[in-house]
Amino acid sequence: MAHAIELRDFSIGHGSRILIRNVSTEFASGTLTALIGRNGSGKSTLLRALGGLDTRYSGDIFIEGEDLRTLSALRRARLLALVTTERTRIAAMRCEDVVATGRAPHTGWAGRLSAYDRERVAAALAAVGMTAYAQRTMDTMSDGECQRVMIARALAQDTPVLLLDEPTSFLDMPSRYELASLLGSLAREQGKCVIFSTHELDIAVECCDMVALVAEETLTNLPPDRMTVEGHIDRLFKKTITG
Amino acid sequence: MRPRAAASFTILCLLLAILFVVDLGVGSVSIPPARVWGALTGAETDPTVRGIVIDIRLVKALVALMAGMALSVSGLQMQTLFRNPMAGPYVLGITSGASLGVALYLLGAPLLGTYAGIVGGLGMAGAAWIGSAAVLVIMAAVSSRVKDIMVILILGIMVSSGVSAIVQILQYMSRDEALKSFVIWTMGSLGDVTSSRLMILCPAVGAGLILAIACVKPLNLLLFGEEYALTMGLDTRRARTLIFASTTLLAGTVTAFCGPIGFIGMAVPHIARMIVADADHRVLLPATLLTGGALMLLCDVVAKLAVIPVNSVTALVGIPTVVWVVMRNR
Repeated sequence: MAHAIELRDFSIGHGSRILIRNVSTEFASGTLTALIGRNGSGKSTLLRALGGLDTRYSGDIFIEGEDLRTLSALRRARLLALVTTERTRIAAMRCEDVVATGRAPHTGWAGRLSAYDRERVAAALAAVGMTAYAQRTMDTMSDGECQRVMIARALAQDTPVLLLDEPTSFLDMPSRYELASLLGSLAREQGKCVIFSTHELDIAVECCDMVALVAEETLTNLPPDRMTVEGHIDRLFKKTITG
Repeated sequence: MRPRAAASFTILCLLLAILFVVDLGVGSVSIPPARVWGALTGAETDPTVRGIVIDIRLVKALVALMAGMALSVSGLQMQTLFRNPMAGPYVLGITSGASLGVALYLLGAPLLGTYAGIVGGLGMAGAAWIGSAAVLVIMAAVSSRVKDIMVILILGIMVSSGVSAIVQILQYMSRDEALKSFVIWTMGSLGDVTSSRLMILCPAVGAGLILAIACVKPLNLLLFGEEYALTMGLDTRRARTLIFASTTLLAGTVTAFCGPIGFIGMAVPHIARMIVADADHRVLLPATLLTGGALMLLCDVVAKLAVIPVNSVTALVGIPTVVWVVMRNR
């Protein structure tokens, strides 16, 4: 299986505090990975580094075999899309236009959409179940609805790698499972490498192909069953309770 | 194009044309509309009437149009770049930078013994350009180091405050006649621009507008914030530089020639947003351009009829708009 993302001797931290030290691992195409760990363990930091927003890491990140540091913003945007935890709500902007913005790496100077671009926008909206909201503006929608539209925007970017930072946080329980299964089908059917951070262990274990645990300055990247067998998840729980 | 946008553009263009004609017809000297038309088409024989219509009113109307368009587009760029509905050329310190330049020129030069009243226009414009460009260089230097856009916003306010302090010191120390010419400049005037200065104003504003149009896609991406814009493939540093350059050309030039005209840059983008009900800059930018031109012409007409400084009119029109935006955002 091809490696969409490869970390080599990767370390990252904040100031003097190291969050992840000397990790080498890879994330394959066609798999859904849940990134778990306690608050402040470095999940967001890792996702931001993978997304090209935080360049203060040592070691190397390869995306589809290309060194992340050498990529232009445009090239990077064609390889990976990111959904952050930031609440985005732009007044008077229609959902359709939000999602169409995701086509930016594929359009010309004025951002004019081709018939194919429109098709991708419609498909992305349909994938998150927001087709009926295409003409609604963001200021009239709930946080969860805005979140879904932002995910659709990332889908419209049409990248082999999709990164999402706590995408389920604004969603209700049924929607969380829906989203996880949507991400799973995107990974398996379209061969994308999808990584999302979450605090929901049940979703991580039930719906994902791999679970990546950030704890104690390291990143453990294993299938969920081995993660459970080897006691990593129990250890996380124990630390959560006692710590 | 969406039907609403098409309808808005048609109405705005009509409104702009009507206000332009009205602005030509109104002035301290009463001239019948037929003779105004005659002067424009060359049929008018009286050289005084021709002079008033062509050299004064037409120039002033063009200046109003340019100033309104430039300040409004600059305001739109700032609001998008800083993701702040209250942003405008003033907030970034561009207007203040220009003011400092003009203050140093009008108040400082006489203190040094060289009275600069005659060289006038170009020297004053040059001083304002240098002032606004200096502020912009500082802003650009800081913004390349500091990622947080709020820091830049706060810095802009600090620059403005610092500049007013320096200007006050200069005012305190200056002679009466220099003080008066500076105070008049701060009131803002569209009438001080001669047709030869229009030859500088038009290309500078034109260049700024072309840059602004070239930035519609970056501006649309920047609506999502710099980080999202980056993940969607925008070279944010380059985009920011282009937008800054555009804003200096637009706001800096207008401030140099017309004085600090307040509230247009902040208010017009909101009015345009309300008219087209769209956040897409491909629609919003032309709408802002047309609304800005029309509103400035309207302000000029009102200023001429009431014989008051245009800056007071723009403030009286702009402040309610800004208050309304604040109240609505609550």
